[in-house]
Amino acid sequence: MEYFTQQLINGISLGAIYALIAIGYTMVYGIIGMINFAHGEIYMIGAFISLIGFLLLGTFGITYIPLALIIVLVLAMLFTSIYGWAIERVAYRPLRGSVKLAPLISAIGMSIVLQNYVQISQGARVKPLPPLIQGGLTLFSDNGGYPVRLSYLQILIVVVTITLMAAFTYVIARTPLGRAQRATEQDMTMARLSGVNVDRIISLTFVMGAALAAVAGLMVTLYYGVIDFYIGFIAGIKAFTAAVLGGIGSLPGAMLGGLLIGLIEAFWSGYFPIGYKDVATFSILVLVLIFRPTGLLGRPEVEKV
Amino acid sequence: MYCSSRPALLTVDHLSMRFGGLFAVNDLGFTAYGSEITAIIGPNGAGKTTLFNCLTGFYKPSVGRIALTAPGAPRFLLERMDGYRIARDARVARTFQNIRLFPGMSVLENLLVGQHTPLMRASRYSLAGLLGLRGYRLQERRSLDTARYWLDRTGLTAQADQPAGSLPYGSQRRLEIARAMCTEPALLCLDEPAAGLNPRESLDLNQLILDIRQEQGIGILLIEHDMSVVMTISDHVIVLDHGSLIADDDPAGVRCDPAVIRAYLGTAEDEDLPTEVAADLNRTAAGGRS
Repeated sequence: MEYFTQQLINGISLGAIYALIAIGYTMVYGIIGMINFAHGEIYMIGAFISLIGFLLLGTFGITYIPLALIIVLVLAMLFTSIYGWAIERVAYRPLRGSVKLAPLISAIGMSIVLQNYVQISQGARVKPLPPLIQGGLTLFSDNGGYPVRLSYLQILIVVVTITLMAAFTYVIARTPLGRAQRATEQDMTMARLSGVNVDRIISLTFVMGAALAAVAGLMVTLYYGVIDFYIGFIAGIKAFTAAVLGGIGSLPGAMLGGLLIGLIEAFWSGYFPIGYKDVATFSILVLVLIFRPTGLLGRPEVEKV
Repeated sequence: MYCSSRPALLTVDHLSMRFGGLFAVNDLGFTAYGSEITAIIGPNGAGKTTLFNCLTGFYKPSVGRIALTAPGAPRFLLERMDGYRIARDARVARTFQNIRLFPGMSVLENLLVGQHTPLMRASRYSLAGLLGLRGYRLQERRSLDTARYWLDRTGLTAQADQPAGSLPYGSQRRLEIARAMCTEPALLCLDEPAAGLNPRESLDLNQLILDIRQEQGIGILLIEHDMSVVMTISDHVIVLDHGSLIADDDPAGVRCDPAVIRAYLGTAEDEDLPTEVAADLNRTAAGGRS
């Protein structure tokens, strides 16, 4: 039971990170029907910017952890957003209105470009960051069983994720920006005729996705303490899986999918051979796609007439 | 030639739209006036919808100039503007022959998207919206009032929270007009608004269009196949055939225009028909079409 609780806690914190990345996939897919394969790299860049941020703040002597965290969070979101914006502007917008495959290939190219760019500019070796947030709560330790650890960092990850998701859900559901995003998703031409600057709305969608990916990058840097230029690939694929599992195009779907993928991974690693955890994750994806092709919360595709 | 005492709103000069070797619109020129209903008629393939597409920025015309001069606004040359600017700055709104709503959004939200421009401006990229600042809340209330007003005018108040896609056909048509009106247009382009409506709905719609012209004082361009509608509600009729202008007159003048009769009935025998007979034939043909 204790062991189960421990895996549950680990799974939720991992799932929160996947969910943050998955939102970027699902929003972009929802609005322009394209899979942004460079999104994993955006997350990787967010992790690197966070790392550089922490090191810089260290050199400037800002060692008060909460302050450093907030500064790095803002910096990472800001700079990663610029990357997200620039990628859309350079690699996707010129191809809008071309065949559907073109931006997809462009995205794969962009992903390779970013990986190599970071590899060359930052080096290929793994980058460590000493743990900044230590300690935590120990639950059920008195009865002599397995001690369940709930670290402060895990609490932070879950709290930040929930806060951001609440804010995002509000923006999408209630603000003019979110309304324009949903309108653009449903009928781009008609949105334009209602005075919506569609190009800008699409840019902002990329910016929002990138900002969330940056937060995920920061959390991973803190959680694992090591990053390299290659982390974007597997995390990107898993977050994409999460988005598909939840129903691509659906925001709550991405959140649920991320959480599920995190839990599946944690529980598989806890009870079965850890080497097969990715196999387990992707097998579940295959099963869902066979029995529920639109994902758990996705709507069936309606042919536009 | 049609003359009006009202100020010119839309001036189209030498407009041509070519697709490959085909002129969908060919050297077209006319003027539409403010506070008037200008009907655009013509047989299928005459270029009516292409004209609308040029007006609203769907197509960039091959040649020509489209100038819009709304009272109290600078002159806009529509052929040079992006689609969203035509809607936002020049304030041209349009509806479609096959209805285009945001089907998954509620009726009310459809009307709020129509008011995107003032709302977005007040929300400052959602920041003010997130924080619930005063300026934004005021604008939101104003927009909701506008939306409720048009819901009321189009008889959709009871369906405000339903998804737009679930409304019956006639209601969707009215919602599309309501959404267009929410953008506070200077020029409203209606592409066959009465298509698929039953006679009763069609009558209500005519009244709505007349009321909009009366109360809002905006110019309305109307593509319509039902001649009885055109003859009853329009002030000014423009007839196109094969992309060219063949008549530009008031309804009575168009009715007995020989070129119009030829375009609608063919050229074989009716060229020498007396005007009254031709007009009669025209009426019958129009009835057959509706």
